Amino acid sequence: MKRFFPAIVFVLTTFWIGASFVPAKKSHDDLGLAGFGKIPVLVGGRVKPLDTVSRNSLLIIHTKQTLRLDNGRQISAIKWLADTLFNAPVADQYPAFVIQNADVLGLFGWQQSDRKYFSFAQLTPFLKQIDEQGEQAEKLQAVERSAYQSAILNLRNALVLYQRLKNSVQPEGAEDFAAELQAFEQAVPEAARAARARETGASFDQAQLDRIAEVMQGYERLADMAYLLAVPPPSGSADWRSVGQAIMQSIAARGIDPTVKLYASLGDAYRTGEGAAFNQTIDRLTDRIAQLQPTGVKRARYEFFFNAVDPFTHSMTLYVLAFLLACISWLAWQRPLNRAAFYLLLLAIAVHTFGLVSRMYLQERPPVTNLYSSAIFIGWGAVIVALILERIFRDGIGAACAGAIGFITLIIAHHLAGNGDTLEMLQAVLDTNIWLATHVVAITTGYSAMFLAGMLAIIYIIRGVFTPSLKRDTADSLARMTYGVVCFATLFSFVGTVLGGIWADQSWGRFWGWDPKENGAVLIVLWCAIILHARWGGFIRQRGLMIMAIFGNVVTSFSWFGVNMLGVGLHSYGFMQKAFPWLVGFIISQLALMCVASMPLERWRSFRATGATRSIKPPVDFVPPELAVKTTAE
Amino acid sequence: MVNKFVDLITSLKLTIVCLAAGMALIFAGTLAQVHLGIHEAQQRYFQSFFVWWPPEGRAIKFPIFPGGHLIGAVLLINLIAAHAKRFRWAWRKLGIHLTHAGLIIMLAGGLFTDLFAVESHMRLANGETKNYSEDISHDELAVVDITNPEFDQVTAIPESVLQHYHIIRHESLPFQIVVRNFFQNSRLQVISEEDTKAQPLANRGPGAQVMVQPMPRATAPDDQNVVTAAIEIIPIDRPGDAVQESLGTWLVSDELGAPQRFSWMGKTWQLTMRPARYYKPYSVTLQKFTHEKYAGTEIPKNFASQIALIDPERSLNRDVLIYMNHPLRYRGETYYQAGFQKDDSATILQVVHNPSFLAPYVACVIVAAGLLVQFGYHLVGFARRRRALA
Repeated sequence: MKRFFPAIVFVLTTFWIGASFVPAKKSHDDLGLAGFGKIPVLVGGRVKPLDTVSRNSLLIIHTKQTLRLDNGRQISAIKWLADTLFNAPVADQYPAFVIQNADVLGLFGWQQSDRKYFSFAQLTPFLKQIDEQGEQAEKLQAVERSAYQSAILNLRNALVLYQRLKNSVQPEGAEDFAAELQAFEQAVPEAARAARARETGASFDQAQLDRIAEVMQGYERLADMAYLLAVPPPSGSADWRSVGQAIMQSIAARGIDPTVKLYASLGDAYRTGEGAAFNQTIDRLTDRIAQLQPTGVKRARYEFFFNAVDPFTHSMTLYVLAFLLACISWLAWQRPLNRAAFYLLLLAIAVHTFGLVSRMYLQERPPVTNLYSSAIFIGWGAVIVALILERIFRDGIGAACAGAIGFITLIIAHHLAGNGDTLEMLQAVLDTNIWLATHVVAITTGYSAMFLAGMLAIIYIIRGVFTPSLKRDTADSLARMTYGVVCFATLFSFVGTVLGGIWADQSWGRFWGWDPKENGAVLIVLWCAIILHARWGGFIRQRGLMIMAIFGNVVTSFSWFGVNMLGVGLHSYGFMQKAFPWLVGFIISQLALMCVASMPLERWRSFRATGATRSIKPPVDFVPPELAVKTTAE
Repeated sequence: MVNKFVDLITSLKLTIVCLAAGMALIFAGTLAQVHLGIHEAQQRYFQSFFVWWPPEGRAIKFPIFPGGHLIGAVLLINLIAAHAKRFRWAWRKLGIHLTHAGLIIMLAGGLFTDLFAVESHMRLANGETKNYSEDISHDELAVVDITNPEFDQVTAIPESVLQHYHIIRHESLPFQIVVRNFFQNSRLQVISEEDTKAQPLANRGPGAQVMVQPMPRATAPDDQNVVTAAIEIIPIDRPGDAVQESLGTWLVSDELGAPQRFSWMGKTWQLTMRPARYYKPYSVTLQKFTHEKYAGTEIPKNFASQIALIDPERSLNRDVLIYMNHPLRYRGETYYQAGFQKDDSATILQVVHNPSFLAPYVACVIVAAGLLVQFGYHLVGFARRRRALA
């Protein structure tokens, strides 16, 4: 059993991961929502599949990617989107909107109870009120808003998004849109004749002209509201249009764009529940878009696949497992557990890498473009370095660090994804792959290394203080690893910081502007320099190095998140009120660990355990063997 | 005594103390930016020798922490002194030497930039031509002799002079300017006709109908200070002449846009409070400003200014495209796309004159090489030891 344990673990998890890469089977009669999810549209400046749109929109509105109905049935994001787009009266009844703030509930005369999800139908009587209150809140800076104001503004934005979605591919609540469009197409030439007749003074049918004008007004509203730009331009152009815009332009174009008609029949088939017709229309629609925008369709398909695989959730699970295995290996079953943890980590990093590279392909960018992707990348970098350490030292320490950091950073990323699209378009000044690939990557690699050094130090402290497992050679290898990783962090943080300065010099005209993010970066560099000089000067030894490495976590977390919370400067990508308590909690925990580490060494379980020999010497004489060897050698 | 001082100034402890003080200063200065704004916090914490308390407005103030210039200077001295004292050539120290040499270049370059770099703005409407850029935070009082239609003779008095001197004389002016009031920031209000008790500061020009309300100095990056001064023009007494009478008191302010004119002794002058100008020996014309957004969003995709650069001295006339991350470098100055007017009718270019802009580039390469060599040396040593053990 012991011998085969690593292999068994590896095979089982590989199957589990492999299963997520295989697409689900589809049957012919069901509504083919998978095919529907692959259709590309333009939202937020980027061509993406409807699947992504549905997940991100539901995340914004509902804060989750699936929706539980009142009857307990769970529906997927794409099903919710299909109903919203094509069958608004049904979607209006879904309990999609989250309201937790008691003041907001009070505004509607509702008491706070267990219930926190409400349907559009329930909110309809209060739309005007929500709009007014939200508008007031919007005028304030994010930092100045009260909890109530943030909540009402969020609700308003969610409602706006929902209503725009409902009017994206057909007017909300249209019963038979294909027929409506056909009637419109037939009426247009006559109306045009009437309009010409009016201009030349000949007799014309006023009623006819009025009717068509009224219909046009409806489509104009549709064009204003649309959230999706669903009608692709001919290849080479990037000007996607909304269905409403395409209909408005159909008079000049002498005919309605086929994509619009296909969407209309798709909606009709969806409402009547004709699976075969629905699937057939999806195929025709996809063919039509593929003719005009072949790469758009290809990318959308890939993104659909990427969403379905959900690599980061999977690798997160693997990281936790690996961490647990590595920790247990210090107590029992050392070799098999250790090896199993290492295999799991290899699998986890493979899936993690797949996710990272997929994002790069989809966005055509270097890996880090926003805070979300920085979390993904920091985890990735730290895990790789930790795995190298594990390969060299083979004592489970690198594996435990890899598992812990991989898991924590992916959890952070998960919580950063709440604002919608994590592959958002970049502001003009960031639109440069050279600097994103150098400065940003170097800085985030520096963060990775700092967190890894901190994690190694935490393992040193916890194992040393609370368990008897910190043997002398383990302590020495931990010290060497920490020192090496700090050196690595120094190099990357310094180079990254200076490259950032050079980028700033290129784009803003000053190398250094004391912007909070720049200050955060230089704090890391200074702290690394202090650690290294203190060690070279002999002011600190093993334990001092560990304490300082843990404080490195504090400095790095301040630099990564803290400065963004100040809400000033050119780098602040959004105020993150929600993350503040977490950051404070993290910093307090690190300071507490530093206090624990400062306890006299004779109180450490690892050193007390071997007290027989150690008690002879006073605790201050705890000389790291490495230094002791040096002094004797010279 | 001297030995002790040398020991102190070259000690590694001093290095660590300086680095730690630097961290504390940067941390405090970063937090202070929330209330003070980046510019003000920068000046108080980083571009100063001491951080003072209370910060302003009191008669007595104490230095409570070393400022950025002091820490930087001590670190620089420590670095140079330590290396001068202990320098011994050895290949295995190559990395350390390189790293510290790079750092010296970087710190010195930073000091140079702080002392000599000048930042200003050039705001150009479509089709507009300018041969000067304007200071972002400082004003000047321009006294322009416009008598000769061929050319204007400009005498510019910096804001700081108006603030600190009571009587201003200059050889190009036949009169003296007496500063009656000066406000770093203010708000102007037109006196209503019913209000008969109001006593305006000025008795000439539009300022005679205006009340000035002093305001605290704005520090937020987007807030503009409205500098206002009441100035009295008094001819200079020349021996033999009769005692000259005051020509009147004018109100000059950022908010009073149009220049105010007066004539005296057959000459005409204009008075304007305006952002301080830096004139160039060449001119820049905005031909076209473009502002692209991503389809269906408000996210800016690109800003670009197409300008014509005309330099008669060097008989140069060329079109240049300035856009994000692609500035124009010309005659020691660099032009960046910095902003635009809301309706896209004008562009704002940042103009930077920084003679030491190359220092960080050079320093970065040297330090990075140094760190690589040093840590590579450690790594190789580590690998060798492990192999020896195995």
